[in-house]
Amino acid sequence: MKMRTASLVILAALLASGCAAPQPWVKPYERANLAHPLMSLNPHPVSSPYIRHVHDAREGARGAEGGAGGGCGCN
Amino acid sequence: MGTRARPGRLRRAFGTLLALALIAGGAQGAILPEDRSDALYHLYTGDEVTVQGPSFLVRKSVGPNVSLSANYYIDFVSSASVDVRATASEYTERRDEQTVSADYLHGKAIVTAAYTRSDESDYTANTASIGISQDFFGDQTTLSMSYARGWDTVRNNADPDFEESVDRQTYRLGLTQILTRNALVSLNFEAITDEGYLNNPYRSVRFVDPTAGRGFSYQQERYPETRTSGAASVRGKYFLPWGASATVGYRWFEDTWGLAAHTGELAYAQSFGEDWTLEANYRYYTQTGADFYSDLFPRRDAQNFLARDKELSAFDSHQFGVGLTYEFFRRQQGTFKRSSVTLLVDQMLFEYGDFRDATDTGAPVGEEDPFSFQATVVQLFFSLWY
Repeated sequence: MKMRTASLVILAALLASGCAAPQPWVKPYERANLAHPLMSLNPHPVSSPYIRHVHDAREGARGAEGGAGGGCGCN
Repeated sequence: MGTRARPGRLRRAFGTLLALALIAGGAQGAILPEDRSDALYHLYTGDEVTVQGPSFLVRKSVGPNVSLSANYYIDFVSSASVDVRATASEYTERRDEQTVSADYLHGKAIVTAAYTRSDESDYTANTASIGISQDFFGDQTTLSMSYARGWDTVRNNADPDFEESVDRQTYRLGLTQILTRNALVSLNFEAITDEGYLNNPYRSVRFVDPTAGRGFSYQQERYPETRTSGAASVRGKYFLPWGASATVGYRWFEDTWGLAAHTGELAYAQSFGEDWTLEANYRYYTQTGADFYSDLFPRRDAQNFLARDKELSAFDSHQFGVGLTYEFFRRQQGTFKRSSVTLLVDQMLFEYGDFRDATDTGAPVGEEDPFSFQATVVQLFFSLWY
């Protein structure tokens, strides 16, 4: 019963707040630094699959390193 | 044992997310990758193994909504690694890999399809993938997901009748979030399932054999025919006001073979004027061994599954890298916009906990020194934007 009351209170609070979605807080004109080449998540596209292959061929772990990987043939 | 990702559940979750991403498509936001070409020479040398060769990557847009890319990569391998020194003789090999991919921009979404083929004399790997990335929330959030299917053929150069296969499925989910005007964070998750012939037809395990001259003998390694792994990573990047960036990353990994790994990375990049960029990085990697790994089994066929591959043993590695990029051509007009040359040099140190040097004849069996080695990785590449 307590759970149900708590749920109703939370629902009422959400409705009262107007369910306003949060607004993006970094505007497009504030993103100059983020667009700098030094901030790229993949600054060297020819190097990153190579160095991933160097790791994959010598380590047991694999995956979640960002970017699309291909077949490896590391056996 | 590690986590067991369930392929059925993963497939349903992936399908739902893909549908949500497609429904949410809207006004312009996402952009296609820049048109550029790169020519790379790579060299890896360590533990009497040398791998070198070129890689060529070309990317070109076709119209406003499509970008195509192609990569041709070659490994020339010359190997007398510790495994080869212990049980075989030095060999040379060549691996060719080709990738083609297409990106299609639709509103705030980019759909990517790719195909990779890798060929060696005794191994062929094929991978086809499809993925989508979608910008949300005033382009402050990018969600991406992809699915890849791999089908490999394993052969044995010593046995023309030997042919086995491996099927692989990969599910990826990624989120990049702008945190502040100077910081962003990227989260990635990847689940992989393999099914088929997962061991190496040439590799052996050693076991105690009092009848043998050195007190041990070798038998063929034997792996399970399925493997499922999960990896999750977080990477943060921060822009520093003096023209530099700092990166911090961590990756967690587990699989159904009992292998768990942690990876940490730190990187720093600093530009000097418009022409020069200096970068430095450090990566630490540590893993536990697989459940069925042993450096020395007590007898022949000691258990169902047998591994003595040092990649499946417990070890730590450290990697230190430095890089220098020089940009030497910049034009506002004309076909070519800019170009650069980059040199990256990494030094790696591998220290194994329970993989002993079987070529060490001076120590009693099973009491040889744990193996360790250093490797150097050099990459030199030329990039051209157009």
